[in-house]
This record gives sequence, C-alpha cells and structure tokens, in this order.
Amino acid sequence: MPKIISKKYLSEKVVQLEIEAPRIAKKRKAGHFVIVRIGSNGERIPLTISQANTSNGAITLVVQVVGVTSYKLSKLETGDEVTDIVGPLGNATHISRAGTVLCAGGGVGIAPLLPIVEAMYKAGNRVVSVLAARDKELLILEKEISAFSDEVFVMTDDGSYGQKGLVTDGMEMVIAKEKIDQAIVIGPAIMMKYASMLTHKYNIPTLASLNTIMVDGTGMCGACRVSVGGRTKFVCVDGPEFNARDVDFDELLMRLGSYKNEEAGAYKKLLI
Amino acid sequence: MAENDLGTYSGRNEEWRLDLRKKLKTKERIAINRVKMPEADPLSRIKSYVEVNSGLTEEQAVTEAQRCLDCVNPTCIEGCPVSINIPGFIKSIEAQDYDNAIRVLKDTNALPAVCGRVCPQEIQCEAACFYQTKLKKPPIAIGHLERFAADRARNSGKAFIPEIAVKRDGKVAIIGSGPSGLAAAGELAKLGYQVTVFEALHELGGVLKYGIPEFRLPNEIVDFEIDNLKKLGVNFEKNFIVGKTADFKDLREEGYSAFFVGSGAGLPMFMNIPGENYIGVLSANEYLTRVNLMGATKVDFDTPVLKGKNVAVIGGGNTAMDSVRTAKRLGAEKAMIVYRRSLEEMPARNEEIQHAKEEGIEFLVLNNPLEYLADKNSRVNKMKLQKMQLGEPDQSGRRRPVPVEGSEYFLEVDLVIVSIGVSPNPLIPMSLPQLETSKWKTITVSPDTMQSSVPGLFAGGDIVRGGATVILAMGDGRKAAQNIHNYLQNIMKSKTTASKQDNNQNKK
Repeated sequence: MPKIISKKYLSEKVVQLEIEAPRIAKKRKAGHFVIVRIGSNGERIPLTISQANTSNGAITLVVQVVGVTSYKLSKLETGDEVTDIVGPLGNATHISRAGTVLCAGGGVGIAPLLPIVEAMYKAGNRVVSVLAARDKELLILEKEISAFSDEVFVMTDDGSYGQKGLVTDGMEMVIAKEKIDQAIVIGPAIMMKYASMLTHKYNIPTLASLNTIMVDGTGMCGACRVSVGGRTKFVCVDGPEFNARDVDFDELLMRLGSYKNEEAGAYKKLLI
Repeated sequence: MAENDLGTYSGRNEEWRLDLRKKLKTKERIAINRVKMPEADPLSRIKSYVEVNSGLTEEQAVTEAQRCLDCVNPTCIEGCPVSINIPGFIKSIEAQDYDNAIRVLKDTNALPAVCGRVCPQEIQCEAACFYQTKLKKPPIAIGHLERFAADRARNSGKAFIPEIAVKRDGKVAIIGSGPSGLAAAGELAKLGYQVTVFEALHELGGVLKYGIPEFRLPNEIVDFEIDNLKKLGVNFEKNFIVGKTADFKDLREEGYSAFFVGSGAGLPMFMNIPGENYIGVLSANEYLTRVNLMGATKVDFDTPVLKGKNVAVIGGGNTAMDSVRTAKRLGAEKAMIVYRRSLEEMPARNEEIQHAKEEGIEFLVLNNPLEYLADKNSRVNKMKLQKMQLGEPDQSGRRRPVPVEGSEYFLEVDLVIVSIGVSPNPLIPMSLPQLETSKWKTITVSPDTMQSSVPGLFAGGDIVRGGATVILAMGDGRKAAQNIHNYLQNIMKSKTTASKQDNNQNKK
C-alpha cells in the first residue's frame, strides 16, 4: 500500500501529504486528480494532485478536513499507508501559449491551481495569480505559486493579509490594469460561479476546474454529472475542467449537497 | 462437432457412462418432473441480503441429473457460449462423482459458481435441450445443476485447480477483472502464460462485484473463484487504470506482448429529460455500486446511499430488477419498475421478474417518464409520466411504444434510479487513438479472433458488445485467449525463424 512520505499542516484544517505513488507521479499532468480510499470500509473521494516528484516517486495532495474521509486522511502520519490510491484521472489542462493568464484560486483551490500555474508559466505565458482566503491563517502555498507567477495578489476576507476583499475584487483589479487572454479559476463552487460571471463580463475565455461527488472516477457511476452548455457532462471523464461560462454552477452547488445530511451525520459520529 | 473438440466429452463411451445409461429406461427418466429451486421466503428475504435461490440438495440434484438422456447429439452444448460439456458434468452428478463434475465444468468455464447463478440458461443451453425442443417438456435444469456442482466443490474444501501442462514464454495483460477478463485470464494461465489482470477499482470482479447484488450472487463466491485463478498463477493488480496509470506503450516496454481488453460498459445513459439532475435521481450503476461495492448499507462503512419511500426504477432489464429489489431491501414502501413497453418485451430474465413480483415490486408498464420535479431542497418529489401503447414492431423486432396523447399524470417519488443502459467506457479508446471503434464507441474486433485493429490487442465483453450477459462476455474472453495463444505462438515461430536465418547468414 502507498506510504506517506511527509506530512505538513498548511493551516489548522489543511494538511499537505506527500504519498509514494511512482506510477502516478510519472504520468500525472496539471489538472489530473486521484481517487483515494482510507480503511477497508472507506469511501472513495477525488483529490486533485497538487505536485509530483518523479525522483522520489511521490505525489502531493492537499486535504481540507470537511468530512469523514478527509478527517481520516488528515490523521495519517508519515510512514502510515493509504489504503487505495488510483490515477491519474481526468483530462490534463490544455496548456498553450495564450499570452497573459490570470490564475485565481480560493481556499484549498490554490492547491490544484499550483500545477497549472507552473505549467502555464513554463509554457512561456505571463502569469498573474490572485490568491484568496478567509484570513491570513487559511492562505496556503503562496510561496510555491509565487515561484511560477510574474505577479501575485493576495486577498483576504478580513484584510488580515494582502488586500481586504474577495477573489473577484482582486481579479477585477488585475483585469482593469492589463489585457487578460485566458483565466483559470479554482476554488469553492460559489467562488467559481462569481469569478466566471466576472470574466464573462469582460469576455475572457475562462476555465473552471470542478470538484464533484464521485464514486469510481472512471465514468461508471455518473454521480459527478453536471450541466455544461445545457448538456449533461461527467466531470471524471469529460472534465474536470470546462469552459466556465457554460457551467451550470447553481446545479453544481445543488448536487454537491446530495448527501449533505448523511455526510454531516457520519462526520458528527466520527468526532464524538 | 467432433468428439475431441469437447475435451472430456469423449467420456460418453466410457464404461461408467454406458452403465449409467442402462440404469434407467428413457421412459422412466422422462417421467421425472423438473426440480424446483428452493427459495428463501419472499417476506423474510426482502429484509436481508440472503441469497434468494438456496441451491439444490444432493438428492434433488441427482434426481434432476437422472432426467438427462445423455443424448448422442447433445444440442445443449451448442447453446452454451463457452461450450461446457453439459452431459459430461450432469452424468457425473448422476454418478455422484462430484469431483469429476467440477473438473468437466472447469475444462471450459473458469467461473461455474457464477454462471450457475446468473446465466440466462432459459435462452441458451436449456432452450436447446432435447426436452424443450423435441419433447415439449421443461428442459433439464442445467443452470441449477452447474451451481450445485460448483457449490459442492467449494464446500468440499478441496481445490480444483486445473493443471498447467507447459510453462510458456509470453506475458499477457488483461484489462478489467470482470467476467470476460477472468475467463481470458484463466484460459491463458492454463496454457502456461504469465498473466496479469489490471483492475481500475479497489476490488476484483468487475460487474460481478459492483453490479450484481449479493441476494443474487454473494461476493464470497466471486472471491472464491478469483482465489482459484490466483492459485492457477494469475497476478492481479488493483487500482490500476490502463490508459492512465500506465498506457499500452509502457506495458509493452514492461514485457507484455499481448493484451485483452475487457473494460466493460461504462457510462450510464440518461434520458435527458428535465429535472434528471435533481438530488435523488441517480444511475443504477451509482446506486448498485454504493450498495454492493462500497457497503453503503452496512454498519461502519463510510459511503452513504440515499434511501427512498417511493422508489421508481426506470427500465426493464436485469439491472433494473437488481436495483428495484435492492430498494425494497433498503426499506422502500413502494418500489416500482417504470417501463415504456409491456411485460412481454421486458429484457430481464423471467426468473428475476417473478422474484421481483413475489417481493411486492410494482410494475408500471407502458409508462414513460417525461420530467422530474423537486422540493425546495432540490430533492426529487414527483415525476411526470405518460402512458404508452404498443405500435408497429421497430428495428429490434419489438413493438414500438407510442405515447397516448393526454395521458400525462404525476406520481410521488423520492428516489429515482435510471437503468436504461450504458455506453462503453471511453478510457481505453481515448488512450489509444489508433484503436478502431464503432459508431456506438465499442471496440471493433474481428468476430473470429476477437483481435482489434491494433495487432496483439484483443477485446471482448461489453466493451465490444455494448451490453450483454456475463456468459457471453466469458465466451469472448475464452475465444480471445485461444487466439492470443495463436498470436503469441506465431510471433515465437517467426522470431525463431528470423534468428535461424541470422545464424545462417552469420555462418556464411
């Protein structure tokens, strides 16, 4: 079983895990995700690969504790094993030389944004990143993102770090200053909804990376389905990235709550 | 068919068979009534996952085996997609030589305990039985007997592992551990090749595990058959998606020289009607996977599943029956099949339909969903239906359902399971652009060899057929294995010839 090589808390409820998975590390590209299962009775959850290292055969996952599986994952220590990990899944981000790329990440969405920022930067784009978090404590991976960005703007809801405001405030500021050829937004569904409304207003082609409920992650169950441009798409095999303007974010938000009651009950039971 | 094509079938002229035939007169054999499979009581079984069919007793099995006339020309074998020597194993049961019965079955079938349970025998071997075709009597219960022989062997604690005659050079990769992959793996291992089965999920068995519920096929039976394959030397790699975790090029570099793709039918189909993405509308694949594979209804399992009081399952196939009967077991007050044609056109096995009826499943036939409505929390709470009537036959030969104008009505539902079919899994074709596929996105193969447009890459089961039965998939796997064998032998031969030529040239 795959071993955890290192563990680091990025904030109180966000853990960064480096996991031994040589085949996945070798094959993964920006935008790919894995499905992880903890324990013989565990559920399968999708997590985007944040970084990969082919020399030690490890991938890095950033996990925010929100429910049963993420809690169990966060409790694993260096040397512990992950029961199952499979991937890399989904379609890789289409990386091209677009010009100036605006990369906007909210909360733990900054983790999946990181490999895209890196790939876009290495492809010769001018990369401007806008990172947003509720407060200073919850902001993650600023240094890593900065390494592959020409400019970075940090926004916090309470103004405890960077500038006070939402991710969209930061994005609008950037858009006002320079011509943006392409935007990428990753974060909570509600953030992506408003971020893509903003870029749509300015007619900027925008990609959003969706994180939905999944079981198998290979197209079999259809739990991840979402309407894109009026047609039902499966995030696991058709995505996870889509043209943001076509995504029905309200439906996405609704479907994310499919098991709200069941999940809340199970998580509560676990914490008692 | 030549006798030597049938392996142990040559047994018909062996002494014990001659003696056995003399024991009872044909008239006496024909006078015996077909056995009835003992079943769990409907009212108690809907409260558990106990297997519905309980299996024949030894006495029942031997008596049923006596009915078989041991025909000179056993047409039943032609009805079997994997050509099991049916009289061979049935007569062994009659002789109470159960070790021989399982040996004969295992000659051509890697998973007899599975096939004895889920094969549609009524349209295959049993449909071709002399009793059925000529005597117009109920056919020999071949499926029940197959299951009996397999269960008997399993419970005996003895391992019946076929012998491997020779070890051969050649590594074969099998993609998918469902019925076609397991069948191919078993054959190739018997032929002496190094076989590795790559499975995308964390459990082995494919549709046998995630799809078919335990009340029809207990998981431990699937595991037992897989363990036998392990004992035969087959390697299994779980959590490995060929085309993603590694592609065909990587596997070739790792020494695999032939491939069998049995990746199954993937994407569930939806009707694309309004409201289909509301909470509480899900595919049969999702519903069954959560319950069967992920243990959603068991204590201390993390995966949740939605439960409903009024559950509608859309469709009329075996998967629809599995879903609706699962819903009943999860406490549905009303569990309904909604099907746009009539009972007569329903593709599910008759046995499944009968079992469902016994369990109190309601059948809304000639009904078609038009739209789903939801409450303020976006959970489905109603469906709009339209009544249908049967018109002229369509391309499938079945009478086409035609909407009855003005017949729309609403029905209260809080869980809808869509089971109208699946389209092939796109992962393999996506990872191998030169692989030819049909307009239905199935992998195109030569029907004689099961070889695809990519040399050395063979395929079978639902990824080729689009949606069929366990046994047809197994038949494909077996046929492909034989042709992979031929393919590898030809490569070896040409290599040897080439190296001989090289040697000769060097000598000059």
